[in-house]
Amino acid sequence: MRHIISMLLENEPGALSRVVGLFSQRNYNIESLTVAPTEDHTLSRLTITTMGDDRKIEQITKHLNKLVDVVKLVDLTEGAHIERELMLIKVKATGAQRDEIKRTTDIFRGQVVDVTSTIYSIQLVGTSEKLDGFLAAISGTTILEVARTGVSGISRGEKVLSV
Amino acid sequence: MLMRALHDEGVELIWGYPGGAVLHIYDALFKQDKVEHILVRHEQAATHAADGYARATGKPGVVLVTSGPGATNAITGIATAFMDSIPLVVISGQVDSSLIGSDGFQETDMVGISRPIVKHSFMVQNPEDIPMVVKKAFYIATTGRPGPVVIDIPKDVTDPSRKFKYQYPESVKLRSYAVPGKGHTGQIKKAVEILLAAKRPVIYTGGGVVQGEGSALLTQLAKHLGYPVTNTLMGLGAFPATDPQFLGMLGMHGTYEANMAMHFSDVVLGIGARFDDRVTNSIAKFCPGAKILHVDIDPASISKTVVADVPIVGAVTSVLEEMLELIRQSDTKVDRAAIEQWWKQIEGWRERDCLKVTPAPDDIIKPQQVIQCLYEITNGDAYVSSDVGQHQMFAAQYYKFDKPRRWINSGGLGTMGFGFPAAMGVQLAFPDAVSVCVTGEGSIQMNIQELATCLQYQLPVKIVCLNNQALGMVKQWQDMQYGGRYSHSTYSESLPDFIKLVEAYGHVGVRIDKLSELKQKMTEAFALKDRLVFIDVLVDPMEHVYPMAIKGGAMKDMYLSKTERT
Repeated sequence: MRHIISMLLENEPGALSRVVGLFSQRNYNIESLTVAPTEDHTLSRLTITTMGDDRKIEQITKHLNKLVDVVKLVDLTEGAHIERELMLIKVKATGAQRDEIKRTTDIFRGQVVDVTSTIYSIQLVGTSEKLDGFLAAISGTTILEVARTGVSGISRGEKVLSV
Repeated sequence: MLMRALHDEGVELIWGYPGGAVLHIYDALFKQDKVEHILVRHEQAATHAADGYARATGKPGVVLVTSGPGATNAITGIATAFMDSIPLVVISGQVDSSLIGSDGFQETDMVGISRPIVKHSFMVQNPEDIPMVVKKAFYIATTGRPGPVVIDIPKDVTDPSRKFKYQYPESVKLRSYAVPGKGHTGQIKKAVEILLAAKRPVIYTGGGVVQGEGSALLTQLAKHLGYPVTNTLMGLGAFPATDPQFLGMLGMHGTYEANMAMHFSDVVLGIGARFDDRVTNSIAKFCPGAKILHVDIDPASISKTVVADVPIVGAVTSVLEEMLELIRQSDTKVDRAAIEQWWKQIEGWRERDCLKVTPAPDDIIKPQQVIQCLYEITNGDAYVSSDVGQHQMFAAQYYKFDKPRRWINSGGLGTMGFGFPAAMGVQLAFPDAVSVCVTGEGSIQMNIQELATCLQYQLPVKIVCLNNQALGMVKQWQDMQYGGRYSHSTYSESLPDFIKLVEAYGHVGVRIDKLSELKQKMTEAFALKDRLVFIDVLVDPMEHVYPMAIKGGAMKDMYLSKTERT
C-alpha cells in the first residue's frame, strides 16, 4: 500500500542524506520526496511517499524515528489528510489541439502559465491521481516536458505535526 | 580545545594515528598529560582496541584518526561497533574547510562514507562548536541503544590561533533524540502473566543485557522463576554459564539443548536480543508454538524479523526490575509441575552431550581441547577476545563465561582482525587482568602489526592461535556444501613462522603440537605475566564446528557431527 510519511527534520547539512540513505540502505523504496524549510527555519518538512505492507511501513517509521535529525514524524495515510502535488507540463499546442488542451486544463482546474504560438506551459495542482488523470486526458498531444514536485501533505482537522 | 573537551568528558585513553589533518590536535595532545594516547599501527586496530575497551568497561571508546586513508581505515572498526551496538566516538581529521569538495590531498567525505554505519555524525563548522559537539557525541554514543558516533573536524577548526571562550556544557538536550527509559507497564504486566502461565518457557538474552548492565537482574529473574536461560553469541556472560539453568549458546552453532528448547517452547522471553538470522534459522519455522515476549531498548529491533506478541520498549534494567516486582506481587504462580516436566525434557536433550570432545589419535590436538585447557588454566576468569571463524565458535562453546563483559567478539559484522586489537584495548583497561586473544592463523594476520603496539606499551596479551593451516570456517562450509572444493581457503605452504615473527617484534612465542604437552606449555606461557606470548597451537585441520544449524530449517534442525543430524 502507498503511504505518505511526513516529518520535521533538523534543517542541518547532511540531514536529508541520512533520510535518503536509510531508504537505500534498507532497501525501502522512495516514490516521491519533497523537502523545504518550515516557518521555523531550524526545521525542514520532508514528505516521502513509499510503498509497503504494514510491517514494512512500521519498520520504516521506526528507523526514521531513530535518526537523530528526525524530530517528529507522521504517517499521513493513517488518518484523514490532504495531499497535493504540483505539476508543470509543457505541451505542443497547435491547430485544433490548442483549444482542446485549454478546455481540458480548465476542467482539471489548471492554469496555462506560459504561452508561445506553438506551446502551452500548464500548471496543475492536486492529488497525484488527479495529475495522472490529466496526463491520461491529454495523452493525444505531444508532451514535451513534465516536472512534478512530489507529494506534500497535511492532516485534516486539528491534528498538527509540530515540535 | 578538543583535548580539553575530551578530558572534561572523562576520557582517559584514546587510540589513534597522526597525520596532516590532525597535527594541531596531536600538538595539543603533546602539551597535556590528562588524556593518554595509544599509538596503534593501523587505524582499523585503533577502532577495534577502543571497541574492546568499551566492551570490557562499559565506557565509550575514543579514536583519533587523520583524514582520507586514516578515516577510511577506521571504517571497518566503526561498522563492527555499529553492528554490536558499542559506544565509540571516532574523531577524524578533515582537510581545511576551504578545500572541502576540491578533492584535496587526503580528502574523503568521512561523514558520507560512514553514514550507514554510525548512530550519528557531526562535521564541526566552527571552533566554538567543539565543546557542544563533543558533549552531544558522547551523549548519543552512550545512551539508548549505544553505537559509534563520528566527529569530522576540518584542520582549520583546530587551528590554535583561533581562540574562543571555552565552556564545557554541563548537560545536553536534543529535541530530536529521546532515550527510552521505563517500559510500558501495561505491556510488562501482560508479559508477566504470559510468562507465569508458561509451561515450556525459555529466556533468550543477547548483547543488550550485557550492554545495559542487566546481568544481575536477569540472573535474579531466572533464579526466581527457575526457567532455562540461553544466550546469544553477544550475550554470553550475562547469565553464569556454569549455572545449571544455563543451556549454553543458541543459534547456528548453539547447543542441541538450547536450540531444541527454543523450538519446543511455548513462551520465549527475548531480552536485548534481535532475533538475528544466525539465531532463528528459517523465520517461518521459528518456534512454532511459542508466544514471543520481546524486551528491547530499540523499537526498530522489535518485530523486525520475528513478530513479537508482547513488545516492550525500554531499558533492560528498568523493565527487569518492574517484571520482578510484578512477578512477586502476582497471584499467578509458576506452574512448578509443568516446569519440572519441561526440565526433564531438557535434561533428556542435554544427555546427548552435544559438545563432547572425542580425542584424536596420535597426540593430535583438537581445537576444542585448547579452549577447555585455556578455561582451566585461567580459572574461567580471563577476558577473552576473539577473532572470527571456527576458533570463535569453539571459544563461545567451550569457555564458560560466568561474568558479563568477559567475552569480547565481533558478533554482528564478523570482523576478522578484531580480536587482537580488542585484547589490547582490554589489557589497557585492566592492566592486571589476563587478556587473551583466541584467534586463528587467518584472522591474526589481519592485524598482526599491532605486535609493535603491544611492545611499545608493554601489553602482556596472550594470543592463543588455533592453527589449522586453513580458513577453517570457510573450509568447513566448502566441506559441507561445495563438495570439499577448497577454493582459496588453504595456504599451509605460505604460513609464516609465527614464533620467529613474534620474536622479531620482541615477544615470546611458543609452539604446541602435541596434546600431551598442551597443558604444561600453556601454563608456562600464561605464567609469563608481564610478556606478550604468542601460543601457536597446531590443531586437527579437519575438525568442524558442531552443532550446526541446517540452512532453511527450524531451530531443531541441526547437524550434530559429520555423520549425525537431528
